[in-house]
Parts: sequence; structure tokens; C-alpha cells
Amino acid sequence: MPKREITALAIAGFVLAVALPVCNMLPAGSPFAVSNFTLNLFGKFLTYAILALGLDLLWGYAGVLSLGHGVFFGLGAYAMGMHLMLEIGSKSVYQSSLPDFMVWNQVKTLPLFWWPFHSGAFTLLAIVLVPALFGFAFGYLAFRSRIRGVYFSIITQALALSAWLVFNRNEMNLGGTNGLADFKTIFGFPLNQPATQRGLYVLTAVVLIGAYLLCRWITLTRAGKVLVAIRDSETRVLFSGYSPAAYKLFVFVVSAALAGIAGALYAPQVGIITPAKIGVLPSIEMVVWVAAGGRGTLYGAVLGAFGVNWIQSWLTTSYPDLWLLFLGGLFMGAVLFFPDGIVGALGRLGARVRRVVSRRTDPAVSTPSVSLGRPTP
Amino acid sequence: MISRLAVLLSLVVWLAAGAAGHAAAAPAPSPEVTAALTDLTGEDAEKREAAVNVLGTTRDPKWIQFLGALRDGSVYARTRAGKLELVVGGSKATKGDQDVIDIAGAYEREPLGTVPLSELKEVSADRRLRLVIKPFLDADETQVQLADPDPNVRRGAAIKLGNQAAAGTAPVVEAALKKESDRWAHHALAEALALIKLANGTGDERADAAHTLGALHSESAVPALQRLAADSGATPAERAAATYAIRRIERWGLLTRTVETLFQGASLGSILLLMALGLAVVFGLMGVINMAHGELMALGAYATFVVQNWFRATWPAYFDSYFLLALPVSFLVAAAVGLVLERGVIRFLYGRPLETLLLTWGASLIIQQGLRLWFGAANVDVSSPSWLSGGATVMVGLTLPYNRIFIIGLATVAVAAMYWLLFRTNAGLRIRAVTQNRAMSSCLGVRAGVVDATTFAFGAGLAGLAGCALTQIGNVGPSLGQNYIVDSFMVVVTGGVGKLAGTILASAGLGGLTKGIEPALGAVFGKVAILIGVILFLQRRPAGLFATRGRNAEA
Repeated sequence: MPKREITALAIAGFVLAVALPVCNMLPAGSPFAVSNFTLNLFGKFLTYAILALGLDLLWGYAGVLSLGHGVFFGLGAYAMGMHLMLEIGSKSVYQSSLPDFMVWNQVKTLPLFWWPFHSGAFTLLAIVLVPALFGFAFGYLAFRSRIRGVYFSIITQALALSAWLVFNRNEMNLGGTNGLADFKTIFGFPLNQPATQRGLYVLTAVVLIGAYLLCRWITLTRAGKVLVAIRDSETRVLFSGYSPAAYKLFVFVVSAALAGIAGALYAPQVGIITPAKIGVLPSIEMVVWVAAGGRGTLYGAVLGAFGVNWIQSWLTTSYPDLWLLFLGGLFMGAVLFFPDGIVGALGRLGARVRRVVSRRTDPAVSTPSVSLGRPTP
Repeated sequence: MISRLAVLLSLVVWLAAGAAGHAAAAPAPSPEVTAALTDLTGEDAEKREAAVNVLGTTRDPKWIQFLGALRDGSVYARTRAGKLELVVGGSKATKGDQDVIDIAGAYEREPLGTVPLSELKEVSADRRLRLVIKPFLDADETQVQLADPDPNVRRGAAIKLGNQAAAGTAPVVEAALKKESDRWAHHALAEALALIKLANGTGDERADAAHTLGALHSESAVPALQRLAADSGATPAERAAATYAIRRIERWGLLTRTVETLFQGASLGSILLLMALGLAVVFGLMGVINMAHGELMALGAYATFVVQNWFRATWPAYFDSYFLLALPVSFLVAAAVGLVLERGVIRFLYGRPLETLLLTWGASLIIQQGLRLWFGAANVDVSSPSWLSGGATVMVGLTLPYNRIFIIGLATVAVAAMYWLLFRTNAGLRIRAVTQNRAMSSCLGVRAGVVDATTFAFGAGLAGLAGCALTQIGNVGPSLGQNYIVDSFMVVVTGGVGKLAGTILASAGLGGLTKGIEPALGAVFGKVAILIGVILFLQRRPAGLFATRGRNAEA
């Protein structure tokens, strides 16, 4: 990693994981105080950023566009949610040891697949393993038969639709349309305490930094180079003796696991997980975070997840009618005018400023008129 | 045994009364009727009921009308020249200090002048008597319907009579049966007659009726047949006939259900085909996956809505023909928007399918939200023209709705038009040339840009047409397109690009499979099963049913 990136990462990590929580602990009147609400909102954005990292690794580097990452996010979130539901125990509304919605649906005994989620250790494993295994099975079938390009995107979109339909069903015993909600404690810590939320926030920030380092490391290895090669010409990689399917499967599983972790961190911070987070629209929205931030840069994905969601939470409260128009415009704009996202646009702007400045200080230097944009894949 | 005896007895009584009734149709009322009329004015409730029965079983419309008047409390008795006479009262008025009333004869309704109310004695009908009167009036109403010029009304009346299975209606049904020329009304009458006989006939008649019902595949007779099959008082022959009939009806039911499922599959397949045709051609030609295809369909549906409202406001008399104008309008509206999309944005992104996918998704969000802001978030109401509502009965127990038949027809026409366009016209030749090799076609003077634009507009127009057709079978709302878009993508993926046959086969297959699985798994898990099926299918044929072969395959 270049030195500049390490410095930037250290600064960003310090601001996110240390400065913001400390500001949150300041008394409310202080000029630097960060409210609980804002910190919670940031925590949510950070979980999205973790997911966006995995998606960027998959799309920006390997050129595989998944329109079904909401499913993996949902799997992680539901795994965590199930444990939290069981942790409520008989403190629920109906005073039953079963989750409320089961009482409501007249389910008498806890379904078998809920049992292991009594164990916290199992839950922590499941958060990673369930999305990863599901991603492995799906990816294995898809990549083995060389489903690629738009075909793969469409299949993943159908996956998102099917998963959404299935999670909406009451007989799945996952809460139906209402999902899982009303969590009370997480590993014994009460969720309504600001301190618990702060802890979760710090954990999310740390995981985000870890995820970034992991993805960065992958891109720096030989495998990362092969991924980029697959994006640019899969056939040539295949003829060079590599197995594109294996590499794509690997990166697909990694991104699925990251999405699952993101979901697991999302559920306790937001306090609810419903099928609405799984469907076609949320899944493709995740893609626009990466597209708007800048693909193939990793930090662009993080910026995109932050920026788009910030605008969303502002627009949906102030001008709810405009949000979908804006989102549609963002899709079109990101593709047409900023193919390399905010990061690319800022980079080009910076380059132009530098050129102008250098021309002014030294008129003798003439800059060649070369396009600075990334070659289009 | 006693019950059957009673049935027999009542039959005899009824036959006798019927014979008497026919005699009474002559101007001079028969002695029975005269006696009945006298009984009616009396106090003995049983005698009065018997009198109503006598009058009712004459089946004389005029006496039935009289019974109606009796139920409404407008029958009066008066003594004239020492004889008791029944009259029907009309409008009342006050003349001086007297209440007067217009009266008319009981049978012929000839006006008898205006008389003071005090000269008349009201013949009231209490609740019990009204209950006795009611079946005669109902039967009368149904009988009038049996003579209706509309065969559907006749059929409905026959079904009603069959369900009531009242003993007295058998001769009426039989008479109607002889006159009936319409196939389905005839069938319903035969069924009704058999049902009546099954409920009221003697042993042999019942066995015969059961046999007939089996031959008629009468679904509505199953409960009665089951009762007969389980009736320990029935003879073995009757029970065997009933059991055999039930088996026959059930086998027929299986057949109709199979045909119905096939039809529904064909209808769903046609919708998918209408959508997927446009998608597949555009994808084959330009490698563009048009995520806004569903919204173009919604635009077509809303165009139909607008045309409908326009007709309703301007030419209400020609409302039924609005749909004929809506078809081309929805095609043109969607095609125009498609053209704008293609020329405006998509053409900058050729060769980058993933980007166009996101771009068109963005466009779809904007169109969808635009529709929501313009027309409101709620579904709008598009009513069917009268020639598309209702259905055609093709076999017993199976009615195929006209709107579904229309969609299948529309899809067939669209496919034929597509084939003609692609393989019989110069424009089609150019489209195929650009699909095969864009660069070489450009070198040879084909203007690829023009071909792209027209093809995209044509595909969009097809989506609009599909939307117009969908208004006849589903709700029209801003998110109309979302419900079908993923399914039609599955069709494109399964069918493979470049060959129309793949698209046709895939939409028929997926449509049929969906409707075939749905009864067993339910809609949701059926969809999941289809997805798994498609993924497994792609294991064997990664590029769909009809893959492009040769060196273009990797492009």
C-alpha cells in the first residue's frame, strides 16, 4: 500500500472509530457534541459501507455485477435477529418463551432451525457462514456453467425477488412481512442504552476498517491481479490457464460474507430487519452506492455508501416524492457522466486544477491534451 | 319408505292438480278453482293453504299474478248479487268522506269501476300463506326466464331450477328442453331435469337420472349423488349408478382442470412472450438489457387508461370501441418514449451491457415515479369493453374468458408480425445484419444507428402493447411493470438471444410450468422452484435454449 493511503486510512479510522464516539460522550450543549441519533445513523451507514466494499470487490475488480446482495445482507441480519429474538426470552409482550410473532401465528413450539441460535457463539459463526455457504452454492452453480455478464445480473435479481417472496411468508417462521423487531438486549447489554449503541458503533467502525484492509490485501495479491484480468478479458484469462470460475467464486463468497456481517451489525443498531431490506430495489440500490462512489477504488464504495444514504435520509424526510426521481437520476448520471464516480470526478477536477496552476506558474510547460479518464472496460 | 310414499303421493296430487289447472285455463273457472277461491276468503288456515296450492299448480300465469296480488295484500272480497267475488284492488283515493278504490277482476283483470273501500273485505295473507305463495312466484319468474331470448338467461334459469330441484317444475323443464336450440342452455336444462328426477323420482327414475348426470358431467350433482350412493334405503342398482356417475364426473373434472391449467399457462406465456419479444430483440441486437421495459409497459397501460377516459367523456356511445384505438396509441406512446431513451442516453453506452442495465433501471425509477406523481399512487380503473368481458364455454364446466383468449391471439399476431418484419422486409434484413456483425454491416452501408433506434422503439412499442393487453386482466398501477419484469428476464435468459424460437419456447415453457406448479406449491414457492429450475437448466445449456454458435458466441 502506498504511504499516502496508509495516512488517509489512519486519519479516517481515527475520526470514525475514536473521534466521533468521544464527541458523542460530550454533554449535549458542547459545540462538538454528536447526538445519539446522528451516531446511530452513522453506524447504519457504516454497515452499508462494509457491504459496499464487498460489492466493489466483486463488481469493480472482478467485473461481476450482483443485483442480489440484499439477500446476503438479509441472511446475516436475520441470523443476528433470531439470536436477539431468543435473547428476549419471556420478557416479550405475550410473556412466552417464543418470539411474539410466533405466538401471534399460533406456533406452539420453537421451529428446529431456531434452536441453534440460542447460542451466541453459533450465531456469530452463522452470521459469516450462512451467507458464505449460500453464496458458495449459488455462485458455484452460476460460475461453473459460465453464466456471466448481464445473465448473471439477471439471475441474481431473480434470486433477490424469490428471497423477498419467501421471507415474506409467515410459514417460514421468520416474522413474515413484519420481520424481526423489538430486540431488548445483545449478549446481555441492553440495546436502549446509548453506551451499548456506542459500543456497536465502534465495533462497526473497526469491522469496516478490517474489511477495507482485507479487500485491499486481496487486490494487492496475485489473485487480485487475476480478478482485474477477468474483468477486462475473461476469455484470455481462461486461455492463459487460469480458472476464472474459481476466482470469481472466491470473491463472490468473500463479498457475500461481508454483506452478512454488515447485516448482522445493522439489525441491532436499527432495531428491526424486514424482508423490505432484501428485495430487488434495495439490492440494486446497493449497486448505485458503489457506482456513485466510484468502482474499483474501494474507498469510493465507502464514500458512495455514506453519501447516497445521507442524501436519502435527508430527502425521504424533507421531500419524499423526490427521492425515487433523484435515485433514478443518480443511476443515469453515475453511468453517463461519472463512470468512475465521485472519486473519479474529484480526481479529474484535481488534475485540471493542478494543470491550470502549473500553467500559471510556468507558462512554458504545455500540457498534452490526453484524456485522464480511466479506460472503459 | 314412507318418505318415498309421500313423494309418490304428492306427485299424484300434483298430476291431478296439473290436469285440473289446464282445464281452468278456459274462461269459466273449474269447480276446484271456484272452491279454492271461496276457501281463500275463509278463516281456516289449512284450507287457505290448500287453495293457494290449487291456484299455484294451475301454472296459469294469470292465477300466479293473482297470487302475487294476494301476497301484496291487494286482494279483496265482496258480495255481489248474493255471490262471493274476489277482486284485485288498485289505487286508492278519498272522495268526500269516503275512501274509494279502483278494482279489477281477479283473473282477467278487467276494470270493475271504483267502489267505496267499506264495501270490500280485505283478504289478507299472513306469513305462513306468503311462504306457501313464494315458490309459485319464484318458479314463475324462472319460467319467464326460461322463455327469454338470451340463451345465457335461459341457461341461468335452468341451473337455478336444477339447484332447487322442486318436484313441480319437471314438466316445465321438460317442455323447455324440447324447444331449446342453444347447446349450453339445452345442456343445463337436461341437467336440471335429471337433478329434479334424482331428488323426486322413483327408484328407476333415480338410477336413470344418476346415469344421465354422469353422462352430462354435472359437477353440481356430486353432493346429491354422494347422498344417494351412501343412502342405505336405495336399491343396489341406484347406488351403483350413483357411484359410477360420480367417478365419471370426477374423471371429467380432472380433464377440465388440465385443460384449464394449460389454457392459463398459455395465457401467462402469452403475456411473458409479449414482454420478452421486445426485450429479446433489443438484447440480441444491441446487447442492451432494458430494465425500463416494465415501465414502458406501464406507460402503455396508462395510455389505454387515458384513451378510455377520453372516449367516456367525448363519445360515450362508442365506448366499446375505445380499446381498438388504445392498442395503437399505447404502442406509439411506448415507442416514442423508447426512441427518446435510445437516442437520448442508451446509444452512448453500446458495448457496455452492465452500464446500460443500471442506466435503464434509473430510467425505470424516474418513469415509475413520474407516473405516480401524475396519476396518483393508487391503481386506476380501466373497464373492459363489453366484447372482452364474459367467456366462451368450450366444454362442460370450463369457460374460457374472452380477455385471456384475446391476449393469446394478440401474442400470436405479434410473433407473426415479428417474423414477417425480421425475415421478409429490408428493415428486418438490416436488423439481422447488425445483430450478426455490427462493424461489417456498417462498412457495407447499413446505418447501424438508425437500425438501433427503430428496433429499440419497436421493442418498446411491443411493451406498450403488452401493457395495453394487461389492463384487461390485471390492476393498472405505477408499479405494474415490476410484477412481470423479472419473469420476462427469466424468459430471455432461458430462451437465449438471437433466435425468436428460443423466446417463444421459453415463454410457453415458463408460463405453463408456473401454472402447472402453482396448485401444488402455491404462487411463492412455485416462483422459487422456477428460479431453481432455470439455474439448473442453465447448467446444461449456459446460453439458453438456442445459443449463438461460432465466433460470435463470446462477443
